Amino acid sequence: MSEKRKELQVAALCNGTAIDHIPSDQVFKVVSLLNLENLPHPITIGNNLESKKMGTKGIIKIADMFFEESVINRIALIAPNVVLNIIRDYRVVEKKRVSLPQTIVGIVKCNNPKCITNNEPMKTRFRVIDNSHVILNCHYCDLKIEKEEIILK
Amino acid sequence: MKNKSLVSITDYSKEDIIRILDLAKKFDENPNRRLLEGKVCATLFFEPSTRTRLSFETAVNRLGGRIIGFSDASTTSSTKGETLKDTIAMVCNYADMIIMRHHLEGAARYASELTSTPIINAGDGANQHPTQTMLDIYSIMKTQGKLDNLNITIVGDLKYGRTVHSLIIGMSHFNPTFRFVAPDELKLPEQYKLFCEKRNIKYEETADFSPEIINKTDILYMTRVQRERFTDLMEYEKVKNVYILRKDMLENSRENLRILHPLPRVNEIQQDVDDSPKAYYFEQAKNGVFARQAVICDALGINVE
Repeated sequence: MSEKRKELQVAALCNGTAIDHIPSDQVFKVVSLLNLENLPHPITIGNNLESKKMGTKGIIKIADMFFEESVINRIALIAPNVVLNIIRDYRVVEKKRVSLPQTIVGIVKCNNPKCITNNEPMKTRFRVIDNSHVILNCHYCDLKIEKEEIILK
Repeated sequence: MKNKSLVSITDYSKEDIIRILDLAKKFDENPNRRLLEGKVCATLFFEPSTRTRLSFETAVNRLGGRIIGFSDASTTSSTKGETLKDTIAMVCNYADMIIMRHHLEGAARYASELTSTPIINAGDGANQHPTQTMLDIYSIMKTQGKLDNLNITIVGDLKYGRTVHSLIIGMSHFNPTFRFVAPDELKLPEQYKLFCEKRNIKYEETADFSPEIINKTDILYMTRVQRERFTDLMEYEKVKNVYILRKDMLENSRENLRILHPLPRVNEIQQDVDDSPKAYYFEQAKNGVFARQAVICDALGINVE
């Protein structure tokens, strides 16, 4: 980043959270995972932006919003390499990486149509059995779900 | 475990299994003990299963308990759209224990999280049926006089057969040698082979059901190869008669060999095998009552003299 940019690709944030290095095909999944559509705060979403590392990437900036660890770690499910920049007074005061929790409750759908979680008004629950490959195991019906098969509720 | 429910065979440690087997032996010696006097057991069969229900209800009756419940969900409020949660909340007001069978996978686990009343899983879809595993293991113990270091050959549908998967897990505590005999389409899923490898359990896999394999076997566990499991019916036609046990295949088998089958059988064990002293599947079903008496008393914390 030593190279001087002529202009920022997305407007700078005064206070808030900037989620960077989101794979372009996952940007809107991150939006729904964090339930951003129901947030009253100013939000800037950039996608298909130039990235040296990734080719293209997405950025989401949410003004005046700081997420709890447990919430941001959900992102690890679909985009394990994102970086969260915590911004105060236009300056990055903290960079956070996401890490996958041991159990994932209520956000992933079980892909087994005969699983009880798809037939009762209840929360799903998965154990993470392989952190690096993101493989989940349904606590109820024992189905294994690999990263590519993950469907968010 | 939040309570003493039995949802999956994985809920039981080796010590749990041995304790239940000791209890089952006591009930085998004397099944009529009025240990459930004054207790009410609910049998909730959201999916019909006459064989399993009768076995459980016999177990409760021989223990002197009373039974409430249903054998078919079509006569209950779940057809009106009542959730499982509400049904369980209602029934645990009445009963000291719930024995349930459900067509949905994970139903028993969920029920066990909703109440402190013990739940015994009597089958949840293709997922778990732990009391079947306990009666299988009890039958192995009873016929072999031990559980350790046995040669167990499992034949037929190893892909979908839940009794097979649970038996592998249940017996994994006792250093078995497994032989898995199945057509290509119905081979044991990778995860169970990995499970064996992780625990250093020896196994062989073959598509060839031969007397040579039987001759090395202590327990021959037969299952049904079902037509509807095949995507390619040509394939089914090719293998349908390969996994059938005939009496002449037992000629040079071990003296202690016993043949088990979870039942119902169709034609995978020919009728003339029934006369062999090595055929054990009907007694195996009888052992189901003792194993279930043991599981019920253990879940309720009842001391058995």
